[in-house]
Amino acid sequence: MYNGGKIIAGLIIFFGLVTFPFYSNFGKTANKVTPKLDTPVINQLEKKECVKPKEYMRTEHMKVLDEWRDEVVREGKRDKMIVGGIEIEKSLQNGCLKCHSNVKTFCDVCHTSSGVKPYCWDCHFIKEEGLL
Amino acid sequence: MSIDRRKFLKLAGLAGVGLGLSTSDLLFKGDAVASSSHSKAMAKERLAMVIDMRKFRTEEDYKRVIDACHSIHNVPTLIAEKNNPKNEVKWIWKDSYEHTFPDQSDDFHPEALKEKSFLLLCNHCDNPPCVRVCPTKATFKREDGLVIQDPHRCIGCRFCMAGCPYGSRSFNWVDPRLYLEKTDPAYPTRTMGVVEKCTFCVERLAKGLGPACAEQSNGGMVFGNLSDPNSEVRKLLASNYAIRRKPSLGTLPSVFYIIGGDENAG
Ligand code: HEC
Ligand code: HEC
Ligand code: HEC
Repeated sequence: MYNGGKIIAGLIIFFGLVTFPFYSNFGKTANKVTPKLDTPVINQLEKKECVKPKEYMRTEHMKVLDEWRDEVVREGKRDKMIVGGIEIEKSLQNGCLKCHSNVKTFCDVCHTSSGVKPYCWDCHFIKEEGLL
Repeated sequence: MSIDRRKFLKLAGLAGVGLGLSTSDLLFKGDAVASSSHSKAMAKERLAMVIDMRKFRTEEDYKRVIDACHSIHNVPTLIAEKNNPKNEVKWIWKDSYEHTFPDQSDDFHPEALKEKSFLLLCNHCDNPPCVRVCPTKATFKREDGLVIQDPHRCIGCRFCMAGCPYGSRSFNWVDPRLYLEKTDPAYPTRTMGVVEKCTFCVERLAKGLGPACAEQSNGGMVFGNLSDPNSEVRKLLASNYAIRRKPSLGTLPSVFYIIGGDENAG
């Protein structure tokens, strides 16, 4: 074999580069981000619960939002609901954000770390943090 | 069995005719559905507004109702002033007699009436052209007669603006947030690139309240169910002469104007 040493060294460097994204991310899984649940309203809740179980909300909250949006805007179903002992509207601003009034340290920390940028904030906003 | 070129062309031609027939059938049927989309028989509920122009006398009377709407819906009144009057965001606004009732402008209505400003808003037509032209079904008509635009589905194509004979819609050429002095966090803003309109305060109706403009109008705007003969709107219409905008177009507006006579003077 001609130039065997160079080829093997080349191969090692090549594999090193190709697998770089994997080992550089090792141990840094998405679970590292901790959305803060410490808001005035959540702290006062009788029962610390979300509109659906936490595990479901973590991965499927956008589905809940989608359903609410269609029910409210298109079907006119605006009936209120009781969650954690308080009455909330089926609404992003008057529902989710009533409890999660810390968009920047809740919604945004997850979204930034997973590279999603919901366009909802172009219109929806919250008093505590102003136009987002 | 093989098929020669000639036979193939004949068959293809026949199939083409068949296809043509079946699509024309579809088209005509579709048309029939579209043109009967407004209710021939009166629906159970048809929400409407009666505006009594006799009760609008001073600038303040108009301003109060306009502010009531704009403040709770984050409508940037300042765009017309600071940016360009053509970029006005239209939920509820004022216009002249000739623009409001162009078919009537040569009538012998009292002069005082012709000099008045009229309050304009979406007519929530019973036969709404904007609904028919919307390619994404962002605009739709509810069972209770409200014509609603779902901002999430709006692609900003502005067909509805071309379809609406009343100018009751506006397109956001600039970011409305830049022109909001105050915001109401109970309601979203809108963005550049979508169309906006009046909603008859659908979010307040759900809470058992009436439209915000009517609430601040000192009886100048009355809201109710046109299908209920005992409703206040029906009683007003039964005892007063009221007109609608551009009736000849067949859109069947749900906003009525009591124009009155000499009472308008002064
Ligand atoms: C009544 C208050 C309340 C409302 C309303 C509410 N949440 Fe929650 N949410 C909570 C609480 C409390 C938790 C933590 C639940 C737990 O620890 O079991 C939570 C958890 C979550 C989580 C998981 C967070 C994590 O740590 O993984 C997400 C995502 C979430 N909520 C999104 C939403 C969205 C989106 C809405 C609106 C559709 C909403 N929430 C409405 C109180 C609320
Ligand atoms: C536990 C982390 C976490 C929290 C907390 C969280 N999100 Fe998310 N969200 C995600 C992830 C991850 C995605 C992307 C999911 C995907 O693309 O499959 C996402 C997607 C979304 C989407 C869909 C975006 C799109 O472009 O499709 C919306 C809307 C959304 N989130 C709203 C919210 C709101 C509002 C809150 C705060 C009340 C919130 N999320 C809190 C993790 C979170
Ligand atoms: C162009 C502006 C705009 C954008 C962008 C937008 N919304 Fe909305 N949204 C509105 C308006 C206006 C309403 C109507 C509020 C009403 O009728 O009470 C609304 C209503 C809703 C509602 C039901 C009622 C309420 O008060 O929240 C939900 C849920 C909702 N939007 C979710 C979303 C989500 C999730 C996104 C992002 C994926 C989003 N919206 C993006 C303007 C917007």
